[in-house]
Parts: sequence; structure tokens; C-alpha cells
Amino acid sequence: MKIKIPLEKKTKFREKIEELSGENLFACYQCGRCSGGCPGASQMDMLPNQVMRYIYLGAEEEVLNSKTIWVCASCYMCTQRCPKGVNLTKVMEAARQMYLRKNQDYFSPDNIPQKDREELPTIAMVSCLRKMSS
Amino acid sequence: MQKIAYYPGCTMKTTAKNFEDSAIAVFKKLGIELVEIPRWNCCGTVYSLTSDDLMHHLAPIRNLIRVKEMGCDKVVTFCSMCYNTLKQSNLRFQQNEEERQKINDFMYREELNYEGDVEIVQALEFLRDSVGFKKIAEKVKNPLNGLKVAPYYGCLLLRPKEASIDNPEDPSIVEDLIKSLGAEPVDFPYKNECCMSYLTVNHKDIVAERTFNIIKSAGKFGADMILTSCPLCEYNLDARQREALEKFPDHLSMPVLYFTQLMAMALGLDDKDIRFDLNYIKPDDKLIKSNI
Ligand code: SF4
Ligand code: SF4
Repeated sequence: MKIKIPLEKKTKFREKIEELSGENLFACYQCGRCSGGCPGASQMDMLPNQVMRYIYLGAEEEVLNSKTIWVCASCYMCTQRCPKGVNLTKVMEAARQMYLRKNQDYFSPDNIPQKDREELPTIAMVSCLRKMSS
Repeated sequence: MQKIAYYPGCTMKTTAKNFEDSAIAVFKKLGIELVEIPRWNCCGTVYSLTSDDLMHHLAPIRNLIRVKEMGCDKVVTFCSMCYNTLKQSNLRFQQNEEERQKINDFMYREELNYEGDVEIVQALEFLRDSVGFKKIAEKVKNPLNGLKVAPYYGCLLLRPKEASIDNPEDPSIVEDLIKSLGAEPVDFPYKNECCMSYLTVNHKDIVAERTFNIIKSAGKFGADMILTSCPLCEYNLDARQREALEKFPDHLSMPVLYFTQLMAMALGLDDKDIRFDLNYIKPDDKLIKSNI
């Protein structure tokens, strides 16, 4: 994939993610351990280490429209395994928040069928909506 | 009888009522009364991870104010998600003075200014540190000899490491509990991996595949059942076996129990305390009878 990003935009997106996550994107040296341990990797269209790289490059649209940030289940495995101490779980959350703070839902309560509402544990619905709706 | 403040959380009162009922009965048998916090509220289920979001820490912290109001400085919780959220919010609160001030200011109507001095204890930690597995072993009436149990820690009992109840990469706390009940712990590679959590709401297929793989692995290592401490893991590994079977016809079903249910079996408690009626896959009669 060929993407062209103006320098100013590149810096802004990365800085915003850094601000929201509190993490230093420059710390990542692309070893891939985060992706190796990620339970959702097989379902993702951009691996966790690639998310780090794309943010570094300022590819806002690619990251915010990826399936990956919504497949991430905040399990903290990447964070546990990163040799550089990057909290990638927070970086994923920052990306989701950048999407949601444009006042849009990725998944809204109306999308849960009545039958499922009766069966699903409360924690499942609350956590899903906390992560995926604005 | 020893008393301890208890935070149930929403799911222990609804789909995981079997977790709560067995927990209360087991603790009573061990001489401990779980005293429910008055006017508790939902903790929010997930710890809010962004640096600027303080609002979502109010719910967990408010529960800790309730603990202080009871005159306690320690609270026990069972659900892994509640535990993790309360624990992480409390840690953040303790570590940041400016945020501490802001959060207290938000809750100016509370009579008490919270100071970060409540200890959040997950029930397994309580059993290990305050009761002791040796004492539990002494109370066992029906040793579960021959029963092979795979502990499933999932994510939130072990990660992030500052909120872990044990060694995050090589835990043994549930294994030790299983041994104290006379059963045999089964090690398997998925024990500290994620079940894909809340994706069960919008991606049943992803969770079903995950469940299939986790159970297949536990089976391969000889487990008769899986043990958990999280109502969401329980639901995903238990009820989602329905979807797993649709997707993978060679799926072999396996019961998934809360650790308190297994304890209730070993301590000789009644069916009404064990409550298999709320488990989706019913433990095999033979499996149970040979042990009770
Ligand atoms: S594990 Fe850490 S350093 Fe390695 S690629 Fe992932 S984020 Fe970068
Ligand atoms: S927190 Fe998200 S990205 Fe990290 S390992 Fe878990 S699912 Fe993967």
C-alpha cells in the first residue's frame, strides 16, 4: 500500500495519540512481540506492531478505519510482553477514542438483538459499549 | 465469624448468581461472612485507559468511599473484571495527587474525602493469604481425587502486572487451590490468554472460534473441566460452546465452573449452593457423583 502523508498531519496524529495514551511512540523498535502474543492477531487487518508503525508515520485514516482497533480486547498481553515497556493497550484505546470522540459509534446499543440482551452477562454489554460507543 | 466487606458487581447478581451463591456459602463454611457494601454501584467493568478521562474513575472510587463508610479499609471482590477495574483505578488515584483532588472535587456531595487507603483484594488472594490453602484442605469433606481441572486465569487477574494477583507469566494460585481440594491441576497453554472478552457481543464468531481452541487444548492435556473467576470468561467458554459446536462439528463439550463451585463440591455443600442450574454445559453426572 502506498500512502502519502503531509509532514504536519503526520506529527499531529502521532502527538494526539501520545497525549491520549501517555506513551512514547518512538520507544518501539518493531520487534513484533506484541503481535506474537496478541490473541486477536489472526482476525486483524493490521498487526499491533504495524499499528505502532502507522501511527508513527501519521497514517490517521488507515489506523482509525482499521478493523484491528475494534478487535483488540484490551487483554494487556502486548503490554506485558513488550521489551521496551510500551503500553500498546493504551495506544489502542487512544486510537478508539480518537474515532469515538468524533461523536460516532462503532457499535451502538441498538445493534444488540433483544434475544442477546436477555442472555448476555451485564459486564459483556457494559464493557462492549464502553469500548465501542461514544 | 470473621467479617469482610464484599463488592459483588452487577453480574454476580444476574447471570453469575451461581458464582455469588456458591461464594457466600463457601466463605460461610470457612467461617467468613461476606458483608455486602451498602449502595454499591457498577464499577464500569473496564478500566479507562486514556490519560485525560477521569470521569470513568468516579464509579470505582465511589465504591471505595462506601467501603470507608462501613469503617473498613479492605474489600473483597470475586469477578475478575470488577477486581481489575477497582484495583487499577485505586492505583491511579494513589499515584496522582492532582487527579486525586479533582476526583474528590467531582464527588463533593460525598461526606467523605477518599484518600486512596482501601485495599482491593481478589477472593483468590484472600483465600491464599488470609485463610490459607492448608486450612481449606483441612475443611474438605469430599476430596475431588482423580478430577482433572484446568485453571483458566484469562487476562484480568494477571495483567497489567501492577494489578496481578500472582506471577503474570507463571501463576500458580489457582493450581494450589485445586490441589487443596484433592483434585489435579492441568497445565495448558491458553491458561493466561484472553477469551476475546466483550467481543462476544458483536463478534460471536470470533469468540466461538477462540472457545473451540481453548477447550480443545484443555481437553488435549487431559482436563475434565475448566475453572474460572470471571463471569465473562465463564459465559464465553461455557455458553459460546453452542456457537462453537455449530462452527466446528468436532467440538467436544466441557463444563466450565467458577472456582467457588468446585470448592462447594469439595466442602460438601448442597446443590442449592453449588448451583449448576445456571451453567450452560452441565457437569457430567458421573463426574460429579464419583466426587460427591
Ligand atoms: S513489542 Fe513493543 S517494541 Fe516490540 S513491536 Fe510491539 S510495541 Fe514495538
Ligand atoms: S491488548 Fe489488544 S492489541 Fe494488545 S494483545 Fe490484547 S488484544 Fe492484542
